[in-house]
Amino acid sequence: MKLKYIFQLLSLVLLVNLFACQKQTDDSEQYICPMKCVDHKTYDHPGTCPVCKMDLVKVSSLEAPVLATDNASDNSIFNLTSSWNTQNNEKIQLTDLKGKVLVVVMIYTSCEAACPRLVADMRNIKNKVDDPNIDYVLVSIDPEKDTPEKLKAYAKEEHLEGDQWILLQGTLDDVREFSNVLSMKYKKISPIDFSHTNIISVFDKHGVLQYQQEGLGVSNDKLVEEVKSLSE
Amino acid sequence: MNNTKYIGVFLAFFCITHFGIGQDITAMKPVKGGALSPLYGLDSSKVWVDDFLLDVYPVTNEQYLDFVKNYPEWQKSNAKAIFANGNYLSEWQDDELLGSHMNPNSPVTNVSWFAAKAYCACQDKRLPSVDEWELAARASETNPNAENDSLFNQRIVESYETPNTSSKQVGSTYENYWGVYDMHGLVWEWTSDFNSVLISGESRRDGDADRNLFCAGAAISASNLRDYAAFMRYAFRGSIKANYSIKNLGFRCAKSN
Repeated sequence: MKLKYIFQLLSLVLLVNLFACQKQTDDSEQYICPMKCVDHKTYDHPGTCPVCKMDLVKVSSLEAPVLATDNASDNSIFNLTSSWNTQNNEKIQLTDLKGKVLVVVMIYTSCEAACPRLVADMRNIKNKVDDPNIDYVLVSIDPEKDTPEKLKAYAKEEHLEGDQWILLQGTLDDVREFSNVLSMKYKKISPIDFSHTNIISVFDKHGVLQYQQEGLGVSNDKLVEEVKSLSE
Repeated sequence: MNNTKYIGVFLAFFCITHFGIGQDITAMKPVKGGALSPLYGLDSSKVWVDDFLLDVYPVTNEQYLDFVKNYPEWQKSNAKAIFANGNYLSEWQDDELLGSHMNPNSPVTNVSWFAAKAYCACQDKRLPSVDEWELAARASETNPNAENDSLFNQRIVESYETPNTSSKQVGSTYENYWGVYDMHGLVWEWTSDFNSVLISGESRRDGDADRNLFCAGAAISASNLRDYAAFMRYAFRGSIKANYSIKNLGFRCAKSN
């Protein structure tokens, strides 16, 4: 009987403690990098972000936007952890492209039929959009042949030069994974040829797929419009 | 002397009745490579498949439960939408709890391609390719290549017509020539390059799509039942996306030799 009483008392104390704890964390203000460079890491004191050097802000001041991007980031390609080689032989991850609208296409450099038209379309889109804050990304579906050197030469040949053009080589596995994120299909049909779907995809600044243009020789007006509105 | 014999018999009986599974659930069997003529009929070119190892059974609910306990990012409430749609593990009661009607020894289903890929990678394995899967699946009980065995093909087609086979236990169908169970008759299975099947109503969109596969011409040239069953598998692969989680779609893992 006595034991039971003590137990009840104990649980009451515990319960009070529990609420007390919760209250405490509510009271203490946490700080976070406004760009969320280190994901959602929070700090106890104000200061600067170790990555982008911006001033940390109060978490509460970001509450709504944090939630909004949280939901969105579930659909973001920045969840992919694969690493890629650029045409300049730099190693990057997709998250390194965060903060810019991305126009993405998958091609292979020895392709003679559809790819040159897709690439021409990319150039055309870039000219129409005419905005230096947008990246144009070409991912090779033939990473065994398309080395950074080959991609570099291809970029030159196809007039894809400048910071806005990013050509990527990944592993076979990571390229397959990336194609599945785009719902893009491809198949190696001979040592030098692939069949593939022709899709140009647009991602917003958070890496969420917003628009896809399917097919060859279709008008890119809608895509251009979409890119412009996303970059505002 | 007699006693030990009885215990042995009892143990064997116990194992069979309680597990219904003849061997280690994670076991793999070697499958001998060879030339495979992919389904899409008019194309006479054969592809070569190297020797590989294949899981004896599809991955079970229980195995998958272990996996999500170790890798919480793949739990029902944590899996990211880009990797698994809303039906992911939809019949589970909770993150670490199977549905009350679910048999731990049934194949896990409602798992996306990304999840299946991650599972295999965590076992130091990988998903089989379409060609590898088809090569292993063409073996009947006695013949490594039963493509032209009409009874075998008849059975496959009939199994496609049977509903709710995913609730059966793994190992409950047949053991094929390679010692691999349930290649047909339990669940459809993910393959690493399932998205290499190109289809679209408008072939213009697909570049050089495997038109033979899906236009009316293909149906006409699909002259036997083998083509019919394979046709269904390829059409299914062509119709799904990697974050889909489907009730009758599971997977097993493979490994290079």
